[in-house]
Amino acid sequence: MPLSVLPAVLAAVVQRPTIKHTMDVLEKLSILTDAAKYDAACTSSGGSRSFKKGHIGNTSSSVAGCCHSFSADGRCVTLLKVLMTNRCIYDCKYCVNRRSNDTRRTAFTPEELADLTINFYRRNYIEGLFLSSGVYRNPDYTMELMIQTLRLLRETYRFNGYIHAKAIPGAAPELVEQLGLLADRLSVNIELPSESGLKLLAPDKSKKAILTPMRQIQSRNIQNKEELVKYRHAPKFAPAGQSTQLIIGATPEDDLHILRLTQGLYDQYRLKRVFYSAYVPVVEHTLLPGKDVKPPLLREHRLYQADWLLRFYGFRAEELLDEEHRNFDPRVDPKCSWALAHPHFFPVEVNQADYETLLRIPGVGVVSARRILSARRTGPLHTEDLRKLGVVMKRAQYFLTASGRMADGLRFNQDTLLHNLILTEQPSLPQPEVEQLSLFLP
Amino acid sequence: MEMVYYYDGSFEGFLSCIFESYAKKEVLTAIYRDEDAVPTLFDCRTVVTDQDHANRVLRKLIKISPSAAELIQKGFLTCMEEKELHLYRLVVKLLGEGPSFLRKLSDETLYPVATAVRHLHGEVHLLKGFIRFSELGGVLGSEIEPKNRVLPLLRTHFCARYREDAFFIYDRTHKEALFYAGGKAIIRPIEGFQMAPPDEREANYRLLWKRFYDSIAIKERENPRLRMNNMPKRYWNTMTEFQDESYFKAESFPADAAGHAVPAGKPVPEILPGCELSDPG
Repeated sequence: MPLSVLPAVLAAVVQRPTIKHTMDVLEKLSILTDAAKYDAACTSSGGSRSFKKGHIGNTSSSVAGCCHSFSADGRCVTLLKVLMTNRCIYDCKYCVNRRSNDTRRTAFTPEELADLTINFYRRNYIEGLFLSSGVYRNPDYTMELMIQTLRLLRETYRFNGYIHAKAIPGAAPELVEQLGLLADRLSVNIELPSESGLKLLAPDKSKKAILTPMRQIQSRNIQNKEELVKYRHAPKFAPAGQSTQLIIGATPEDDLHILRLTQGLYDQYRLKRVFYSAYVPVVEHTLLPGKDVKPPLLREHRLYQADWLLRFYGFRAEELLDEEHRNFDPRVDPKCSWALAHPHFFPVEVNQADYETLLRIPGVGVVSARRILSARRTGPLHTEDLRKLGVVMKRAQYFLTASGRMADGLRFNQDTLLHNLILTEQPSLPQPEVEQLSLFLP
Repeated sequence: MEMVYYYDGSFEGFLSCIFESYAKKEVLTAIYRDEDAVPTLFDCRTVVTDQDHANRVLRKLIKISPSAAELIQKGFLTCMEEKELHLYRLVVKLLGEGPSFLRKLSDETLYPVATAVRHLHGEVHLLKGFIRFSELGGVLGSEIEPKNRVLPLLRTHFCARYREDAFFIYDRTHKEALFYAGGKAIIRPIEGFQMAPPDEREANYRLLWKRFYDSIAIKERENPRLRMNNMPKRYWNTMTEFQDESYFKAESFPADAAGHAVPAGKPVPEILPGCELSDPG
């Protein structure tokens, strides 16, 4: 059959439910996207849903995640990130959706949201759905709405793509269980990194209400792994694990506090990711930074860098910060800071060092460290080779030797080293939070 | 003896050149496609593509190192300058000293090819996200403008994603398209392709997506440089969210009762010589 008649054939064969879109859905989409955008998590990684007959989509090809666009703020857009509703009974001071805020309220119906997801997915706009919600009536009722939507997507629309769902603190464990069987990833947002912060700014939430579902998801994940070993077709519970988000800069916790909390979450709750969200002043409140305060983007950036060091580079929180150094140096990245504080560790000879040691060199990443290991089996490496292996020499050159030699013509001492590293990094940094004083008045 | 070869531009043609150079004991200083012929001081010859010769070279490469064979196949899809010569030198080195040098990425023969292939993989990865489909008469269609020939590497991903659908991806740069329907996929050259305008339903989803895209950005964090680093401007041309107003207006044929208006225009062109597909469904 020639391809030219395909459209006609398919038009006859393909019958999918049609929903008449009015301006209404467009309005709802604007409001409920706007209300969801402060959630940082937008990844589709860790999924392993291969195609199923009669279903649409998969997540297996995006083990490393797949960005479908980047918004004007440069952040990855991979999921349809919306709220089920922005109606909320809580009054968290930092949140745009708090009860006392005068804003337009609306809610998607499960049908509207399922239709949007499936049609965005077919057009390759998105990798799946990220569904969160304000607390409407009570946590259980809200979760039931979300479950209804996911069930519609998975069962009626036979959607096999990625779904990330928020578990609402305070909801019944049975509902968390149901949600986990429908979603790829679950998350519970901690938001404020300390209990005192919660008491002050989110009086309706408690540490316990947040940690209970996190613990449940964790133990259910472990149990599910055992089930899957025994029965290959056991239903999967949140196969892409769980994540959380911390708001940075709304409350006075320092980097050390946040990093220790992060380490604890990775160790004790086996989280896949901890996300940081620089606080954007959305409301005027005496307990919060003023509206003219810029979001602490550089601080957020340093925390993400440190987070990577914890997850992929074998660093521990206490190596990066301690009681004397409670915050990251804004001028250089955490790995460089660590290297500067441990001069006895360097230089590292790339032809001999093991993988863990290579990873400690600033400018050497997971990929380049592996390439070094592979390449040096063919013969000794020289500094000229390293750049081609992906080592960022402008940083790494101060910390390594290749076949006993440093890069040609390199002159530095401990004092100029810091200065050089700052100069290297400056052009690629986010805008500094404190504006530099200008000599010339505008 | 140093020579310049011409060939027909196909991978088999390129492999035939390699076969010929060994058979005739000639060292190549350049390999050009027929249409790129330039006057040269060296002796030239046009190599006729020989499927049998090509197979023998490929089998030999796979025998030496399957990963090297894959690298060479992928290298041929890249937009690297003088890719034929770089790949030829890689083959010569492989046959001469075996595959152990492939471990060393900084090897001077391997490095240009590996870099080009990495660029190809990078482009494929980005396009998996940036490709935008339009639904026209039940078929999903899209256009891209890649630097490398990415279609063979996009095939598996999109066939798995839209297994029960029919779709095509048209590559404007290389004037070829990937077609998929009923579990079968083919890549065919196509001249002069024009995408049909959207119907009402399609225009509506485009508009919804544009609205979502505009709403999701946080104004206080605006960062055009970061966006451009992550998503180079050359991709914007074919992405829904960056099109002007006319892209979101339906052509004046209202959707019929079933919601499937077959648009005037040709979502799938008729000229597809030798293209046989099994029935979908």
